[in-house]
Amino acid sequence: MSTSNNLPSFWARIPLAFGAFFKTLGDAEFAARIQQGPTVAPPPAPVAPPPLAPVPAAAPLREATPDAALQLLALLQREARLIDFTQESLAGYADADIGAAARVVHEGCAKVLREHFTIEPVRTEAEGSRVTLEEGFDAAAVRLTGNVVGKPPFKGALSHRGWRATSVRLPKLAEAHDASIVAPAEVEL
Amino acid sequence: MSDPKYAIGIDLGTTHSALSYVNLSGSDGEKTQQSVLAVPQLTGPGTVEDLPLLPSFLYLPHPDEMAAAELALPWNASGAGPVAGEMARSRGATTPIRLVSSAKSWLCHPGVDRRAAILPNDAPEEVTRVSPLEASTRYLQHLRQAWDTAHPEAPFTQQAVTVTIPASFDPGARELTAEAARNAGYDAVTLLEEPQAALYSWIQGSEGRWRKEVKPGDIILVVDVGGGTSDFSLIAITERDGKLEPHRVAVGDHILLGGDNMDLALAHLVARKLAEGGTKLDPWQLRALTYGCRAAKENLLADASAESWPIVVPSRGSKLIGGSIRTELTRAEVTTFITDGFFPKVEASSRPAVRARAGLTQLGLPYAQDAAITRHLAAFLGRQVGATADVPGFAERQNADHTFLHPSAVLFNGGVFKSALLATRVMDTINDWLYMEGAEPARMLGGADLDLAVARGAAYYSYVRRGEGVRIRGGTARSYYVAVESAMPAIPGMDPPIQALCVAPFGMEEGSELELPGQEFGLVVGEPVHFRFFGSSTRRQDVIGDVLDFWGPEELIEMNEIQATLSPEGRQAGDVVQVRLHARATEAGTLELLAVASDGQRWKVEFDVRAEGQ
Repeated sequence: MSTSNNLPSFWARIPLAFGAFFKTLGDAEFAARIQQGPTVAPPPAPVAPPPLAPVPAAAPLREATPDAALQLLALLQREARLIDFTQESLAGYADADIGAAARVVHEGCAKVLREHFTIEPVRTEAEGSRVTLEEGFDAAAVRLTGNVVGKPPFKGALSHRGWRATSVRLPKLAEAHDASIVAPAEVEL
Repeated sequence: MSDPKYAIGIDLGTTHSALSYVNLSGSDGEKTQQSVLAVPQLTGPGTVEDLPLLPSFLYLPHPDEMAAAELALPWNASGAGPVAGEMARSRGATTPIRLVSSAKSWLCHPGVDRRAAILPNDAPEEVTRVSPLEASTRYLQHLRQAWDTAHPEAPFTQQAVTVTIPASFDPGARELTAEAARNAGYDAVTLLEEPQAALYSWIQGSEGRWRKEVKPGDIILVVDVGGGTSDFSLIAITERDGKLEPHRVAVGDHILLGGDNMDLALAHLVARKLAEGGTKLDPWQLRALTYGCRAAKENLLADASAESWPIVVPSRGSKLIGGSIRTELTRAEVTTFITDGFFPKVEASSRPAVRARAGLTQLGLPYAQDAAITRHLAAFLGRQVGATADVPGFAERQNADHTFLHPSAVLFNGGVFKSALLATRVMDTINDWLYMEGAEPARMLGGADLDLAVARGAAYYSYVRRGEGVRIRGGTARSYYVAVESAMPAIPGMDPPIQALCVAPFGMEEGSELELPGQEFGLVVGEPVHFRFFGSSTRRQDVIGDVLDFWGPEELIEMNEIQATLSPEGRQAGDVVQVRLHARATEAGTLELLAVASDGQRWKVEFDVRAEGQ
């Protein structure tokens, strides 16, 4: 084994592989470079002088579509009266009254979550138990807090299990449907 | 049907319908690859969701109520026509005059013309009503279109399709269900009784282990309490050539009593309680209360330690906190009203109370007058005490001292029995009856999927009809009679006594045809002839052509009149044609009576006769 110590280990290569995978998928220029084959040397510099001060490209941010959000809002209002509940001032009501209304909200929200999402804990261990995070753990799924120093594997106590939505089943909308009406007014004839 | 890829089963329920299917290429023997179709349906204007159940409700929207584009479905871009499914149910709850519900119960209502546009029966003039037949057609059509959208590679009409019906359906209602399927574009459809479907589903779910759980000599009682109806069947396990063979030996009467009645009973109880405290509920709140009571009932029946369960009736307006009404349902109330009200511990000899109907014509459905399901069950088992007398291997088990038929196993079906408490109550009651007659207790067959068993069992039946797996034998579940005037001297002031002529015996196997011997009828071409028509679920020995002079009050039940009309094709109107009656049990699972002329021409005798004056 004459590999240099500078080469990445197997564990370190996993995130690299994934990173390369998604970068290939998401970044056409990067993909084009992959397609051209491994380049030993950087491509010859173009004759034209490089821009003097390379402007950092703005990180592309996704624009969330309002339709899905409005749809979820409509579901939460229909099943759980969430907008009614939050638009009302709690002042002047006894906790028993608020508690009664909270039952409607709780039951309805639970129904919406149950019917439209599959939600599982990120970590299956009991909260409070010791967990070990190996090198290359998914930093998006596990948030490190407190004394964040050193190198993986990290050892710590699980303070929250986290939640992962493994599937989303939102209703389909008709082309002409106005999602901004999250609850129509009702008129009894 | 050249080469179906799937065996499809459809549960056309009173409150919910469902479609299940077996992939034929992936199934072998008792190992089946089965799924339930997620049915796209409107859940709100412009909102389509795929749900496993299609609520059997039809909403007839006002033209200004919603834009047609908001009612579009994958197969109906224009959104024209009535709305079926979840939105129909929720929308209809606030506008009941435009809601068609319980179409299936209307389909077997003998007092109405089931092809006439009569639903919703309390709709004002301007609402275009639909017939019970058309409503059923719409649900079946919706399911067919949902299938074709999801499986464009395997068109619905090329698959093997079974639709379920209550075992208690009379020949007229069976025929109407088959007609609804034809109208919905089903090519060839087979009908299957729901309790049988439940047993098929249990057999399939056991993946072969059912052979260890039942043995020859067992009598399985299927208790199916759905949202709107209760249905009982008895299935005897026989052995033929070393193989177990279930044999459906008896079916119960049609009882319009189910889980929805229970929720409504509780809601009225709680509403009365609130009214005593000075809180009046409007119909909208009462409906919300019914939903609340259902949830509270399910929780109390599932958790034996809970003493009460809170119910909140949300306000109708946007003031949720100020306008909501909080109340609760207690264990004592659930026990009194549900456990003891619908499932009381009664004697085996008790029978449902029957009140004389107030008037002759009914506008509504003929709901059961006695809410006690256990009393209906006692009546059923008592009436069927001799049900297994003719079944091979059961003769020696028959005991003249028994006052009711002794089941040895019970299979439950229907959402009501998600509550183990209620299933246990029924088991305890039956076992008390058995104990009083010195018999072994019956055991409960577990592991049934209470919501989808019927659809799954129907799909499995579509599959076993193709030659794989076990099949339940049965044949027609009743014997049928027409009234003939007896040759007795007329007595002034009295109707001439009638005799009952057996025109179709018990247990006719599908595909068989019998001729009524001896008797010829002279029918006038073009002039309808009516016959009074009777059915019996207990007279198993009568053969075709038997004439009864006398029968017990419970033995023969009079049904709608039947009618034979000889169409004038090839004949002169007014001619008299001598015909013989034939009875035919079709492959599809319906019964046909035919008038056959000596030259072989055949006319169908109609079971469903239009009401007088319509």
